[in-house]
Amino acid sequence: MRRVARIALLAIFGLMLAAEWIAPYPYDRQFRDQAHAAPSRGHLLGTDAIGRDRFARLLYGGRISLVLAPAAALVSVALALAIAVSATLAGGLWERAAMIAVDLVLALPWIFLLLAVRAILPLNTSPAVSAGVIFALLGSLGWAAPARILAAAVKSQLRSDYVLAARAAGCALPRLALVHVIPNLAPVTVAQFWVTAPVFLLSEANLSLLGLGIAEPMPSWGNLLRDLQNLPSLARQPWVAAPLVLLIVTLSCCHAAQPSVEDLR
Amino acid sequence: MRLDLFLFAFLAAAQPLVAQWGGELRLSLRSEPRSFHPALADDDASDMVRYLTGGVLVRINRATQQPEPSLATSWKVLDGGKAIRFQLREGVVFSDGTPFDAGDVLYTVETLMDPNLHSPVGDGLRTEGGPAGAAADGPLTVTIRTPAPLAGGVRLFDQICIMSRRSPLKERAVLGPFRIAEHKPGAWLRLERNPHYWKTRAGRRLPYLDSIRLDIQQNRDLELLRFQRGELHLISSLDPEQFDELARARPGSVRDAGATLENEFLWFNMSPAAALPAYEKAWFASRNFRLAVSHAIRRDDLCRVVYRGHAVPGVGPFPAVNQFWFNRQLAPHAWDLDLARRLLAQDGFRAEGAALRDREGHAIEFSIVTNAGNKARERMASMIQQDLAALGVKLNLVTLDFPSLVERIGKSSRYEACLLGFNNVDLDPDGQMNLWLSSSSNHAWNPEQAAPQTPWEAEIDRLMRAQASTSDGQKRKALFDRVQQIVSEQAPIVYLLNRNALVGIAPVVRGLQPSALHPRLVWNIDEIYLAGAS
Repeated sequence: MRRVARIALLAIFGLMLAAEWIAPYPYDRQFRDQAHAAPSRGHLLGTDAIGRDRFARLLYGGRISLVLAPAAALVSVALALAIAVSATLAGGLWERAAMIAVDLVLALPWIFLLLAVRAILPLNTSPAVSAGVIFALLGSLGWAAPARILAAAVKSQLRSDYVLAARAAGCALPRLALVHVIPNLAPVTVAQFWVTAPVFLLSEANLSLLGLGIAEPMPSWGNLLRDLQNLPSLARQPWVAAPLVLLIVTLSCCHAAQPSVEDLR
Repeated sequence: MRLDLFLFAFLAAAQPLVAQWGGELRLSLRSEPRSFHPALADDDASDMVRYLTGGVLVRINRATQQPEPSLATSWKVLDGGKAIRFQLREGVVFSDGTPFDAGDVLYTVETLMDPNLHSPVGDGLRTEGGPAGAAADGPLTVTIRTPAPLAGGVRLFDQICIMSRRSPLKERAVLGPFRIAEHKPGAWLRLERNPHYWKTRAGRRLPYLDSIRLDIQQNRDLELLRFQRGELHLISSLDPEQFDELARARPGSVRDAGATLENEFLWFNMSPAAALPAYEKAWFASRNFRLAVSHAIRRDDLCRVVYRGHAVPGVGPFPAVNQFWFNRQLAPHAWDLDLARRLLAQDGFRAEGAALRDREGHAIEFSIVTNAGNKARERMASMIQQDLAALGVKLNLVTLDFPSLVERIGKSSRYEACLLGFNNVDLDPDGQMNLWLSSSSNHAWNPEQAAPQTPWEAEIDRLMRAQASTSDGQKRKALFDRVQQIVSEQAPIVYLLNRNALVGIAPVVRGLQPSALHPRLVWNIDEIYLAGAS
C-alpha cells in the first residue's frame, strides 16, 4: 500500500513539475468565447469562468501547492526540532519559556496574522513572491504543535540508558543533542513532517477560499477549490471537482506513504 | 354538468386576475437591521424594514420613476424651490389608532433636524444655508422650508417616514402597510399587516398579505437552497451563476429586471500626498493615460463573460435606466487599441518590446486593489489585466480584506489603482455630491482637496453646487449632463459596467413589478399577494 502511495505521489509530483510541457496552454490564457466550457479535446477539463483551461491551471496550481507546502513543512519541523531539543536539554527557565511560547503560538488566531501580513506586503509584489511569503509564514507559524510533541520525545530520550551513559562519560550538551538525541528522534520528526505538509496544503486552500491566498492569475489548488463554492452547478459540471479529487488523493497518499517506525530505525 | 364544468374552468382561469387576501410572504435580509428608528436607517436591512413599515408623504413609483401621492394628496413647490406645501390625506391614523395630522409632519422634521440624533435621512433636508423647518398652515396643510432651494425636491420625501408626536409607541407607531410584530435578533423578523393602513381596495384595507417574515440570512447559497425548497418566496439579488442555474432548473422563477444603478468602476490614485514615485503620479495625472486604459478594456467581454450577459457597459455615474438624469449624448468608451496607443504616444509613452515605457524609460507596471472574496470583481480584474497587457502595461492584482482596503484607499492613500463598485440607491445626482466635490472625503481619486487641483475638478465643483441650488429640473439636468461629459472626457473614474437586477420569484407570488431600483421586488408591497392564500 505504502509503495503504491509513493508511486502515486511521485507521479503526481512528476506531472506537476512537467506542467510546462504537458499543459496545452499557459495557465492565464483566456479563451473568452469558451468560458464555462465542458471538457473537450481542446480543454481536457473544460474552462473556468473567464475561459482559462482548467487542466493547465490544475497542473500549474499543483506545482505551487506541492512544492511550497512541503517546503513550509520542512521549515516548520526544523524549527520545532531546534526549539524542542535546545529547550529541553537546557531545561529549567529555558524549557518553561519555550513551552509558554508554544502555548502562545497555538492560541494565536494565526489567520488574522496572515491577513495582516498580506495587508502590509507591498502591492506590486509578484504572485510568485506573495505565494512564497504566505508559505514562509505558514512554515514559521506552524512549529508549535510539532515542537510540543518533539519536546515530549526528547524528554523520554533523556531518560534512556544511552543518554545517561553519554552524560556520565562527560558528553557536552551540543554533542549530546547532535549525536545521540536528534538521530533517535528521526521517526517522530519524519512523522511530524508528513502530518504538517498536508495541513499547510489545506491552510493555503482555506486562505484562497477567503480570497487571500495566492494572487490571481497564478493558480493554486486552494484558489481552484473556490469554484466548488457553487454547489448546485457541481452536479452539472462534476469536472470542476478535479482539484478536490486530486487534493484528496494527494493527502491520502501523503498519509499512506509515511514510513513506519521500523523503516526509520 | 357541462355548465358546471364550464363555470369551474372559467373560475380557474379567472383566479389569477383576482387578488387574494392573506398569507405570509417570506424573504430574507442579508444582515440584522441596525435600527428600527425610521430616522436612523442607514443600512440595507434597516432601509427595507423602514420601507415596509413607514408611511411617507410622497412615494416614488419604481416603474415610472415619478413621485406619486401617498400621505400627501398634493404638493406645490414655492419660492423657487425653497418651500414645498403639502396637502395631507384626511382620516389617516397610525398603526396604534393615533390620528395623523400636520403636527406629526412638524414633529418628524424637527426630529430629523435634531443635531443630537445624527439622522442620515435628515441630511437630505440640510441645504447650504442650514436645516429645514416646517410650519402647519392648518390641520392638514404643512409647508416645509429650507434656506436654499431643496435640489432633490419632493423626491426626498420618499425616504422620510412620518412619526407620531402623540403615540405612546413613539416611532413604533407607523403609517405604512406593515408594522413590526416579532423580532428574534439574528434569526428573523415578522411584520404583520397594519390594521389602520390608509389604502383600500374593494372596500377592504390593504395590504393583501397578512404578514411578512424576513429571515436574516447572510449566506447566498443557503438563501438559494431555501428558495428552491419553497421556504422563501423572493430573492432580491441573485448572482449571474445562481440566476442561470435557477433559470435552467425553474425557468419561470427568475427575472432579469434590467440594468441597475449599481456600477463597477476603477480609478487611479491621483492624490499628491500618495506614497508613490513621482513618475507614477505623472502617469495617473495624465488624462491620455487614463483614457487609454479605459479604451483598452473590453467592457463587452466583462459583461458577457463575468456577468453572463446580465450587465451593460458602464458610461458614467448613471446608466440609461435613470431615465431623467442619464446624459444620452454619451456612450461607453469603445475598445480601441489604436486610439489607446495614439493617446499614450501623445503623452510620451512608447512601446519597447512587449513593455510600455514612459518618457523617462520606466516600465508601466502598477497594482490594482480590490476586496477579497468578490469573485466577479476578481474575474474582472483578471480580464482587465489581460486587456492592458495588450498595451504592454503590467497590472498586478491584489485582493485585500475590506478593512485593509478601506485603510489604504480612505486613510493612508497607499495604493495605485482600485476596482470597486457603488450601490447607488438615489436617482438624483444630489446623492453623489460627496463623490464629486473635490473637498469631500469620498472624492475617490484625490479626496479632501483644500482647493480643486485641476480646472476640470473646479468646473465639476461649480456645476454640482449650481445644480444643488436650483429646483428647476431642466436646468439641473443641463448642469449634471455637463458633469457627466467632463467625467467621460477626463476619466477620473473608469466606469466599467452596470449590473442587472437578477431576482428570484416563487410562482405563487403575484402583483410584483420587479424594478431595477431599490427595493427591487417589494416596492409595491401593498399590491402583492399570494396565489392560493386565503
